[in-house]
Amino acid sequence: MVEGRAEVKRKAGLRLWLSAGWLGALVLVALLAPLLAPNDPLAQDLFAGRLPPFWVSGADAAYPLGTDSLGRCVLSRIIFGSRLALTVALTAGVITCIIGAGLGLLAGFWRGWVDVVVSRFIDIWMAFPPVLFSILLIAVIGPGVFSIILAIVVIDWTRFARVVRAEAMAQGAMDYVASARVAGRGRMGIMLREVLPNVLPIVLVLLTLEMGIAVIVEAILSFVNLSISTDDPTWGGMISEGRSSIHQAWWVLVFPLVTLFLTVLSFSQLGEGLKDRFDPVLR
Amino acid sequence: MTYLSVRDLTVRLKDGPALLRSVSLDVAAGEVRGLVGESGAGKSMIGKAILGILPRAVEVVSGQIVLDGVDLLTLPPAERRVRVGATCALIPQDPLTALNPSRRIGPQMTDRLVDILGWSRANAAARVQDLLAEVQIVDPARVLRQYPHELSGGMRQRILIASAFAAEPRLIVADEPTTALDVTVQKQILKLIAGMQARHGTALLFVTHDLGVVSKVCQSLSVLYAGKVVEDAAVRAFFAGPKHPYSAALLAATPKYTDPDAGLQPVPADVIAAVRAEVGHG
Amino acid sequence: MGLLRTILLRLLTTAITLFGVAVIVFFVIRVVPGNPIAMMLPPGATDEDIARLTALYGLDKSIPAQFWIWGAGVLQGDFGTSITARQPVLAMVLARLPATLELSVLALLIAVLVGGAAALTGTRLRQTKVEGGIDIAGGMALSVPDFLWGLLLILAFGVLMPIFHISGRVTPSLDLPFVTNFYLVESLIRLRLDLTLDLLSHMLLPALSLAIPLAAIIAQLLKQSLKETMHLDYVTLARTHGYSEARVIWREALPNALLPTLTLVGVQFTFLIGGTVIIERLFSYEGLGNMAIDAVINRDLPLIQGIVILFAVIFTGVNLVVDLMYAALNPRLRHG
Repeated sequence: MVEGRAEVKRKAGLRLWLSAGWLGALVLVALLAPLLAPNDPLAQDLFAGRLPPFWVSGADAAYPLGTDSLGRCVLSRIIFGSRLALTVALTAGVITCIIGAGLGLLAGFWRGWVDVVVSRFIDIWMAFPPVLFSILLIAVIGPGVFSIILAIVVIDWTRFARVVRAEAMAQGAMDYVASARVAGRGRMGIMLREVLPNVLPIVLVLLTLEMGIAVIVEAILSFVNLSISTDDPTWGGMISEGRSSIHQAWWVLVFPLVTLFLTVLSFSQLGEGLKDRFDPVLR
Repeated sequence: MTYLSVRDLTVRLKDGPALLRSVSLDVAAGEVRGLVGESGAGKSMIGKAILGILPRAVEVVSGQIVLDGVDLLTLPPAERRVRVGATCALIPQDPLTALNPSRRIGPQMTDRLVDILGWSRANAAARVQDLLAEVQIVDPARVLRQYPHELSGGMRQRILIASAFAAEPRLIVADEPTTALDVTVQKQILKLIAGMQARHGTALLFVTHDLGVVSKVCQSLSVLYAGKVVEDAAVRAFFAGPKHPYSAALLAATPKYTDPDAGLQPVPADVIAAVRAEVGHG
Repeated sequence: MGLLRTILLRLLTTAITLFGVAVIVFFVIRVVPGNPIAMMLPPGATDEDIARLTALYGLDKSIPAQFWIWGAGVLQGDFGTSITARQPVLAMVLARLPATLELSVLALLIAVLVGGAAALTGTRLRQTKVEGGIDIAGGMALSVPDFLWGLLLILAFGVLMPIFHISGRVTPSLDLPFVTNFYLVESLIRLRLDLTLDLLSHMLLPALSLAIPLAAIIAQLLKQSLKETMHLDYVTLARTHGYSEARVIWREALPNALLPTLTLVGVQFTFLIGGTVIIERLFSYEGLGNMAIDAVINRDLPLIQGIVILFAVIFTGVNLVVDLMYAALNPRLRHG
């Protein structure tokens, strides 16, 4: 061992706090968006198009991070964009988690025909290119926040189902389940009271990771112009615009990209940090 | 003539307790020395230190391992590796895990002859085939083309023994070579090792916890307790009357050498306490 | 269990999975609320137009009947006609397939080389700072998906240091002598290395974006597997033969460590192929994924169906090949 346990723990703790800090700040920003944003995120000013960020010459102090080609304030759009990103992360993450983990728990603990059906569905789902499937869904049901959330739930429930099924199977084979059964407790009771609490830590880790994925999926859908109306501020939409004007106005791409990057990184680091926390070896 | 001489070897877990404390033992050319002790006494650790395969978590603190007049611990790693590879060999404990499952028997046996000793492929193949015949394997040519999982445990141990003798080593470390085997197979394998050793005149360091095995194959023995050699004797003298109280207790605990009706005698607690105090352990 | 039985069993489950995919794609498009025909037509189309188009696509029949007609067509290689391009879907899709395959395989190659090298180096220098560095880099590579890596690469090598192309598959002004759509392969066969270089300079960044997360997974899995293998008795025995550490890792440990890694890498490779959809869009690379997004934006449902099914065929095909490779490489199965 190069590092002692204390050292590993300290680093994991730091990672956890940094990620939680960024995400916490982001939640505040989303809640207080109207107060924090220096400009109306939708206001266009064609005379103030493609203004650079404040430290570059030619900048306008009213637009700290510059403007896009339509003269919209980049900072304000990032701030308002966090609302959609976090809404999608939270709702899509939680709904996916409940459906996926529920099916996984049933399949893994109940076995029998439930397991056969759920496993077959997981196999079929694994044969879909996820991004393509989500785009297809949205093409059919039409864009909008609801569509994004539905697409994420429909695609990603297998992520939870697979892991929770395996975990519930492992737990189901343990002695404490057998002794609960000998004590005459009902299967549903055992599943909810005994197995579920033991599966919960890993579900929590998956949920955190899933929120990061949801943020990315939302960005991707906005990037290909399929999330919500193109005027509304979304990180993916800003990135899409920045990508096309990359040689004229790099800031339109860089700032939303950095925000997205840090957010996705934070969710995944938070998930990994929680995983270590729950790992009995390190505890 | 002494071929291997271990002098004051001290080995410990990195930042942990000592596993071997100032161990010394000699093996003369062609001699068979038993290395006896209970599990955890450090007997396998000595063999590993000699062959240079100590786990990464373990380090040599001090001492010498003199092989044919050269202290291995002073050599650069690459040179040491090749020297040991060319002159020493290991007969491992568990034949089921000691052969590479994804490679055929033939190349597993001939590689070292070709790559380390520079033999030609043909010579190596012929040599290995002869050796398999010598360890009484029927149809050696066929076995050389097979994978380990196609062979029984006894067969695999024979192959490992043949493989150990392949490069005509001067010293072989046998690390409890019969422990993992069936009682019925144990005897044959023991006889086989003894026979091979006699024919090839190889020095043998026989690591075991079984004094019965020592009485059958060894000429001398070292008794190890808690990482320390507590007795070093010729086999005949040892079984006539061990000098150290722990050795005596160990001998008494081995059923064959006491009255069979008396049953097993555990090593008495006062002896353990005395030895512990002597070796400075716990 | 014989190799043949394994193969037959896998072919059967593959067929079932593909059937499931076909059913789901079909019903998602037809049953989910929203009228696809109305979406296909420009605003202002009359009810008459809608009725005509509905009849043309057989959408006036019952849904099982529609599935029967469509399924029978698919089995004969008839995936229908693209609405925007008015060409057979199968021909359009097959024309784009080579571009996506070349990109995916190039990415896989990079991932295997980089990930494999990292795993071997990390094992050779285990418990040193180098191994720690490899672990940290791998953790970073894994926490960020291919889409973001693509954007970062565009910034780094398209804007800051413009040394690679960031859009397209090949420089349009070049005269292309190719008869197939496997440009990269054909340029190599024809020894037109100037074209190979131009293609690679277009493909490198998208391939890298796809490869980075996979390389990290390969490094992680293979290193873990090697670590476990390095403790086994036959590796210890091989050490006493005088072999160098590198040879012990390469010849003794690696072949056995590869097997458990292989299956997982197979699954991850399908994720990589799925990732081409957005990466091709990001780099304006003319492959299947890019075409899929265009099809979605244009509401070209027959084309979308065809592409999704082709992707599903590739996915299940990769899984099948991996399973068969596993069986073929495992001596226990081969001779059992």
